[in-house]
Amino acid sequence: MAVDKFPVEASHIMMFARSVGDANPIYYDAEYAKTTEPGTVIAPPTFAQSSAQFDPDYFLRPKIGEPWFGSGKEPTGIKRESSGGGGGGGGGGGLHAEQHFEYHRHLKPGDVLTATTRPGETWEKESKRAGKLIFSESITEYRDQNGELVITARGVGVRTERPVDSK
Amino acid sequence: MALKASELSVGDTYSECLVEDLKRTQIVQYAGASGDYNPLHTDEIFTTKVAGYPTVFAHGMLTMGMTGRMLTNYVGDGRLTKYGVRFTNQVWPGDTLNSTATVESVEDGIVKLKVETTNQDGTVVLSGYAEARVD
Repeated sequence: MAVDKFPVEASHIMMFARSVGDANPIYYDAEYAKTTEPGTVIAPPTFAQSSAQFDPDYFLRPKIGEPWFGSGKEPTGIKRESSGGGGGGGGGGGLHAEQHFEYHRHLKPGDVLTATTRPGETWEKESKRAGKLIFSESITEYRDQNGELVITARGVGVRTERPVDSK
Repeated sequence: MALKASELSVGDTYSECLVEDLKRTQIVQYAGASGDYNPLHTDEIFTTKVAGYPTVFAHGMLTMGMTGRMLTNYVGDGRLTKYGVRFTNQVWPGDTLNSTATVESVEDGIVKLKVETTNQDGTVVLSGYAEARVD
C-alpha cells in the first residue's frame, strides 16, 4: 500500500467513531474538544486503518468499470481458477491476523498524511481449524504534512487453506 | 481524566460491554467508514456460497476499534502510545462482546495493559496489549 495523500477530515472521523460505536464527543464536537486535554478533535486509535479509502489501488474496494468478486446476479462477479482451496480466506486476500499501532502523536482534522508500506516477515503454521496458514507481515509508516512520523502500524495477514472452522 | 500512576496497581481491571447483539448493519457501517469492502463482511451470498462460511462476519478491525473505545474510556483521550492485538476468533452478527484491560505494570509514567475481548460464550476473540501515558 502506498498512499500519497490521506487528508484527515472531521466528518470522516465522526463516521468512523460511529461505526465502532464510540459516542465520545471528542470525535465530533470541536467546541467540546477544546475543553479536553488534547484540545482538539482527534481520531480514534484505529482510524489510520481507513487510509485504505485513499489508496488508489486498494483491492478490497470495488472500482468503476472493473470486475468485483462480490455477488450480483451470481454469487461472485469473478470466475476464479479452481484453487482447490475451498475459497479459504474468501478470495479476498486472506484474513487479518494481527494489527499493531505505535502512536507518536494522535491524528487530528487538518492533518495530511502519507503512508508507505514495506513487507515484513512471512511464516507458515499448520492449524486444525483451517489447514495450512501462511502469515505475512507488513509495516506502514504514516507521516504528517511536516514529514514527521505520526503512527507506525504493523499488520499481519493470513491465508488459510480452507475456511476457518468456527466450532 | 487521565489515570494517575499513584492510584494504579498491578492487577487492576477495567471492563466494558462493547456491543450487544452485533448487527450486520454495524458491520456495513464499519465497511463504509474504513473503506474495507471485503464481501466476507457484508455480502451473505458471496460469503456462504463462494467463501464457505456460515454467514458474514465482522472485520477484525471493527472488534479492535470497539476495544479501542474501552481503552480510551479507561486511559483518557490522546493517552495511548501503543495498541496491538491478535484476532483469535471470528466475531459474528448476534455476538455480544465484553472487553477487559488489566494493569500489568506502571513505570516511568507509562501503564502497560493486557487487553482481552470475549464473546457471549467466553471465547476470546481478541487478545492484545496497550500502553498509555499516565499522570
